[in-house]
This record gives sequence, C-alpha cells and structure tokens, in this order.
Amino acid sequence: MPKPEHYVAPFDEDAVEVDKIKLDEKPSNLWRDAWRSLRRRPLFYISLAAVAVIVLMALFPTLFTDVAPNDDCHLEFSNAGATEGHPMGFTKRGCDVYARVVWGARTSLAVGLLATLISGVVGIIMGSLAGFYGGWVDSVLSRIGDIFFSIPYILAAVVVMTTLSEYRSVWTLAFAIGGFAWASLARILRSEILRVKSGDFVMASTATGRTKFSTLISHVLPNSITPVIVYLTLSLGGAIVAEATLSFLGVGLGSEVMSWGNDISAAQTSIRTAPMTLIWPSIFLTTTVLAFITLGELVRDALDPKARARG
Amino acid sequence: MTQETSVTDTAEPLVSIKDLEIGFQTGNGFVQAVKGVSFDIFPGETVAIVGESGSGKSTTATGIIDLLPSNGRITGGSVMFAGKDLTKASKQEIVRVRGREIGYVPQDPMSNLNPVWNVGFQVREAVMANNMAKNKKEADKRAIEVLQEAGLADAERRMKQFPHQFSGGMRQRVLIGIGLAADPKLLIADEPTSALDVTVQRVILDHLESLTREKNTALLLITHDLGLAAERASKVIVMYQGKIVEAGPSLEILQNPQHPYTKRLIAAAPSLASQRLKSQKIVVTDAPQGDEIDLVAASAHRHDVVEHADHGGVPAIEVKDLTKVFSIRKGGFKSEPFTAVDQVSFQVPRGTTMALVGESGSGKSTVAKMVLGLETATEGEILIAGKDATALDKREMLAHRRRMQPVFQDPYGSLDPMRSIGSIIREPLDVHKVGDKQSRELRVNEVLDEVALPRMIASRYPNELSGGQRQRVAIARALALKPEVVILDEAVSALDVLVQAQILQLLADLQEELGLTYLFITHDLAVVRVVADDVAVMEKGKIVEKGNVEEIFANAQTEYTQKLLDAIPGANIPLGA
Repeated sequence: MPKPEHYVAPFDEDAVEVDKIKLDEKPSNLWRDAWRSLRRRPLFYISLAAVAVIVLMALFPTLFTDVAPNDDCHLEFSNAGATEGHPMGFTKRGCDVYARVVWGARTSLAVGLLATLISGVVGIIMGSLAGFYGGWVDSVLSRIGDIFFSIPYILAAVVVMTTLSEYRSVWTLAFAIGGFAWASLARILRSEILRVKSGDFVMASTATGRTKFSTLISHVLPNSITPVIVYLTLSLGGAIVAEATLSFLGVGLGSEVMSWGNDISAAQTSIRTAPMTLIWPSIFLTTTVLAFITLGELVRDALDPKARARG
Repeated sequence: MTQETSVTDTAEPLVSIKDLEIGFQTGNGFVQAVKGVSFDIFPGETVAIVGESGSGKSTTATGIIDLLPSNGRITGGSVMFAGKDLTKASKQEIVRVRGREIGYVPQDPMSNLNPVWNVGFQVREAVMANNMAKNKKEADKRAIEVLQEAGLADAERRMKQFPHQFSGGMRQRVLIGIGLAADPKLLIADEPTSALDVTVQRVILDHLESLTREKNTALLLITHDLGLAAERASKVIVMYQGKIVEAGPSLEILQNPQHPYTKRLIAAAPSLASQRLKSQKIVVTDAPQGDEIDLVAASAHRHDVVEHADHGGVPAIEVKDLTKVFSIRKGGFKSEPFTAVDQVSFQVPRGTTMALVGESGSGKSTVAKMVLGLETATEGEILIAGKDATALDKREMLAHRRRMQPVFQDPYGSLDPMRSIGSIIREPLDVHKVGDKQSRELRVNEVLDEVALPRMIASRYPNELSGGQRQRVAIARALALKPEVVILDEAVSALDVLVQAQILQLLADLQEELGLTYLFITHDLAVVRVVADDVAVMEKGKIVEKGNVEEIFANAQTEYTQKLLDAIPGANIPLGA
C-alpha cells in the first residue's frame, strides 16, 4: 500500500471557535416550546373554544338564556318540540331543555373539577411521597394505593353515595368520585419520581444543604409533573361522565339539582315520545368530555418532544 | 481466511471515498453533517478518524454501510468498494455487503447486546445472517469459534449466558466477535472502547489489532482520542465540522501538525500533554490566555502557583481510615456486606489539588460522596479544615456544606432542566439564606463573570447550552457560596478535548484566584498529570499508592499504577515538540 500523503486543508486562523455560545433569539424551555407547538394545532383552538363556552355557561348561565330552568315550567308544554325562544323544546315537566342544559353545566363542571382536584391532591401526595422516600413509606403507601386501585371507583362511589344518601351534594359526590380515582395517578407519579430523583441535579441540590422535602418540592416534583397534568386533563372528562352515570343511576345528586346526568336520567322515560330531551343533554355531555380529553391529548403531545417532532 | 484477502501489496484501495456528503432532516431544517469527505482505505490498513462530538466522524463511518438513522441521507459523493458504489447500491446489495464484507463494532457495549437473548443466540444470529453456516449445529460451532477468537475463555459455557452476566470489556469482545464473524475485509469500529476502563481498553485494542493483522482485515477506527488514534493507526484523519482538516501518517500528524485545529487538539489532549510533561521541564510564568490553551504551559504555570501555597498548617481535607460497607441484597432476605471503601486515608493541603484515580468500581466516587456528606461513612473520620464532618447535627452540617461544594460528571444531568441558569446558580445562596435578593443577584453575576459566561445567560435555560457551558454553570453554582473546597467528581470526563482543556484552565485560574482546594475524582491518569499535585490510586476500595504526581509518574511503585500509566493511549509515542 502506498505511504499516505500528508494532507492539510486550507485554513483561516479564526475558523476554530471553542464552545462559542450560540443562543436563539427567544429563550426556550419546556413550557414555552409546548405552547409554541400547541399554537400551531387547529384542534387545540376548537377544543379550547368548546371548553371556554362550557366554562362561561357554568359561571354566567344568564349570558346564554334568560328562561328560568326550574320555575318557568308549564305542563301544557310537556315534551313539546322546539318553538321560538325554546330552541330545544321542553322536558316532560314542561321546562325549557336549553335552559336546563345551560344551568346544568355548572353542576357537571363543578363535580368534574372538584373530583379531579381531590384525586389530584391525594394522588400527588401519595405518589410523590412513595416514590421519593421509598423504603417502608413506599411499601405502605403503595399497598394503600393498590387497595383503592382494586375497587372500581364507580362501584365505590355508588356504595358511598347510597350510604350518604342524606348528605347528597356536589361536595359529597366529588369526594365519592375523586376519593377513589387517585390510585392510578399516584402510580404514574411514583414511577416518574423514581426516574427523576436519581438525577445528578437532585444530588447537587442535596449537596447545597437543601432538606430532602424541600428538594422534593423544588426540584423533583416540577420535573415529574408533566404526566400528572396530562392525566388530570384526561380524568376531568372521566369525572364528568362519572357524575352523569351516578345521577343516571339515581345515586348521584338529588333530582332537584340540575345536572346533565339528572336530565338524561329523567328523560329516559320519554325516549320514544321526545328523544330530543335525552339527546340534547347527552350532546353537551359528550362535547364537554371530548373537548377536555382532546385538550389533554394535545397537551401530552406538546409536552413530549418526540411526538412534537412528528406533528 | 480466504485467499483474496491476503493480497497486500496491491496499490488498489479497498474502499475509496470521494466527496461524501451526508445530511440530517431535523426539526430546524436540513443540516449538513458531512461536507465532502474523501479518503482511501487500503487492504489491511488501519485508519483512524479523530474529531470532537458533532465533527461528523461517526456519521461518515455509518454512512459507508448505510447505517444512518432514518432522518439521515447521503446527498453526494461516492463510496467505492470492490468496484461498486455503495451509495447507489440497492438495499439487498448493502445487506450483502454488511457483515460479510464490512463488519461494524458499535460504541456502547452496554446497550448494543439484546438483554433478553443469550450471547450465543446473538453471535449465532450474526453467523447465520452472513450465511457462514448451513444449519444450527454448524452455526453453534462457528459461534464458539468466533467467541474464542474474540478472546473469551470458556466460550462454550459463555454461549448460554446473558449479556448482564458479562463485564463491559467482555461485551465489547462479543461485539468485536460479531463484527468479525464473517471475516470481513473491513471492520468499522466506532469508539469501541470509550465506555471502558483504560486497562481494559488497552487489552481490547491489542486484541483487535492482532486479530485484524492475522486476518489482514482493514480497520477504520473512529475515536475522539488523538493519542489513541496515533498509537493504533498508520493513517490519521482529523475531522472538524464535517470536513477533513488534516490527514496523513499518524506520527507525522502528531509531531508536525500543520492545521491550527490539529495543533490545538494536540496542545489540549491530556494524554499527549502528560507525555510532554514527562519528557521535559517547562517553565512558564504567565498562564496562557484566550482560546488557545496549551495544557503543558497551563499545568506548568499552575504547579508554579501551587508551590507557593500553604503546605503547612491544617490540611483542607483530611480523611482517616474511611470505610464504607454496603449491604448487597442477595435475593430473598439474605444480604451480603460489600466493602466499597476500605480504610482510606489521605490529606489535601490547602490550595492544592489531590486526584483520586481508579477504574470503575474502585470506590473513588463513594469517597467523594462521603466527603460531601451524601453518604454516611461506616467508619473513619473526615476532617474539613480540621473539623470532623462525620459527627455533625443538622445545623452544623448545613454550615459545613458551605465550605465544600461539588461539581458532578454529567453536565446534562446535574442542572435542573426546569430552572433558569440564574436560579440554578442562586440556589445555594437561597438555601443558606445568604444576603437579600439583590445581593444574591449580584453574586450570581459575579460568579458568571468568574466562569467566563455572559451575564445575560442567567435568564436562559440549561437546554440552550452546550456540555462545556453547562459545566461552567455547575462550577459557578459550586462557587456561589465561596467554598474552600471543591469536589470535582469526573467533572471533565464527558467533555470534548478542547472544551475539557478550557475547563481545566478555568479550574486552574479559579484555584489561583480564590485559593481553592480541589479533590479531583477521575479515571483518567492523563488528566491527573496536568491538573493535580498529589495523587492517590485506588483499587477495589483501597488506596494502593499515593504521593506526589511527578514522583508517581516517574517512578510508580506498584504494578497496578504502572499498568494504568502504560494504558494511557499515546503514552509511548515519541513527540518532537
């Protein structure tokens, strides 16, 4: 083989820069990048608009209707079709379906949010303590979680609501749903915490003298929170469905409370004569749940750089 | 060995690469990674491509046999192999060339063997895929041969074992065996030993060399280590930013580099620097300035400064009979004691650097963690500036932590990705409630200046910085509390040579300015030579040798230390400079 020749590329002295700082115009971080990718998705705006409308309905129902949903009922309109000023017709009791759907949003959303909040708080506490402290804390908390995990939460909620039938309210219902739905969140968070806590930055933080608990709050949790947020947005839809299910079964809120679940339940007797009285609240329920779930999926994609690259 | 591979004196190159261009489709558009690379490999020749991360060296190698990731594409040039242009070959043709004609040894022995299949299955798979055997029995026989050739004793029994039962070096042997299973004419080895201890690296490379010589296989070696490249290859190609900047006979490149980039690489490579330090006495009074860092000059200057440091008085760190026993779970309820650190004692005089050297599993990092108070010592004493750190209550411990701060190995893992650079550096000040908000901001700016980062970086996030810049941030965080002692746990091991030299220079400057004491944990003896005053060599939890760096390098007392010294790549290359 021939002796290799000595090749030297043409050079200019300044060409070699060691570790030059190259910064983008805009600083980037996880949340800002996620937001940037969300803004490009049309589905994000659609679901966000749907959620905004539902939230507005819950907060200010009078913006949408000035018909009283409960007091302005006239039996002569029982199961009547749509007329002027009453676009969705009347229920069996002769109340305006549209007004009831608008006013019902508040209950459904309140139960959904409260139940999610409760399961979120319990799940975050249980999951992060179990994952971060490990050892016997983990054993005890994880076994408690497993017990709750093994009970179907709808069944548990039915039992709780029948036992507490005298105290039925949005709060008890939210506790019944949220109190049994936290176990899977705790599991997800626990495994995420296990992954994050082995990072060098956690050790670096301990070496500065931070206490263990403070490290958990200021470093480990913020880095593990992504799957929690995704899970919670997804489970919000689930909680709204659970409220409807329980109300439909007659163990949810009292029949005097306006909620989509109650309306669907009440309408089932008239399903043949006036199917729309059942279908309208169902459409609102489905749309709301779908909007929240879509939002959750989009947030998950936005927070996952790999999925973002594809989209 | 077949007849045709033994022809050596032909002037025809085995592989001829012309103007090769490779690019990647990324989120920010198309990025050109290899920009017109040309070189030849002759039969039986060993060629090394050297470059820092992102130089395109691995991309060039994987491009030859079309093992690019799915977003990579060859955009120009040709790879002529046995009369065919591989860049234009069909998928089937490439598959036929891969393995049988051109073998490939991947970088990371830990992740490149499938953990759910036994080793025998994976070697057999390679044998069968290359039609080296007609049936399973024959394949088994050949697989055993392959493992034996790769230097695994007891290959027959080893066939049934799983990758996790193998050490890193043994796994790399298996991968080399797989790469050579079909007697290819060319073997591409992509950083084959970067993840291994130096002594293991040496053995593996020796073995690779004898195997390829025996079979007259050409070898394309990809490495970041110029010393290693020069020691192993007859021809060295230096790549920078997708282009070849210099290529030629390895000795000539080392002794007479022409391109400024190559010159800098040689000046910054610890293995070569320690070689030069050994051969001559250099007197430098001023520290080298600016971007062009000569490690030899830097280290000579540092030694000068440290000689005037306070060697009497209370040592900054004193460790006495430090022992750490872990209990290893052995399935069921059984556990076994494992002594990770065994009666380790050393002293580090104020203002000097002590290096703790050892291979993986030697217990050096455990010592660092105990000194930092991140692990409790089973026995022994740790005195920081004369104060015992093993018997402190919570408040005393907090005060104690102000006096020593760590810098860890992985610059990507040691900064919280959710925090801004400013808040990362401010964290120790917040925890220790030093001053008010304003004075903390001032201090953050001060330490940013000290580590030569622009102040505006404080509002940015770690993902916007390179590895070297992140390590500067980690150093800034360590300095925020004005500690006396900084524990550097493999703090420069993950960095490219030039960046590493920059950080070493920075550490030396800071030591001079602030009178810091360093405990420098590393596996790399070459780095020790240029940064440390004293060195303790650890093996299996014990200190086997300690003393002044110059004495140990000149005259190692134990066989183990000598073995480590000999294993420094490029240690035996005569350097003119």
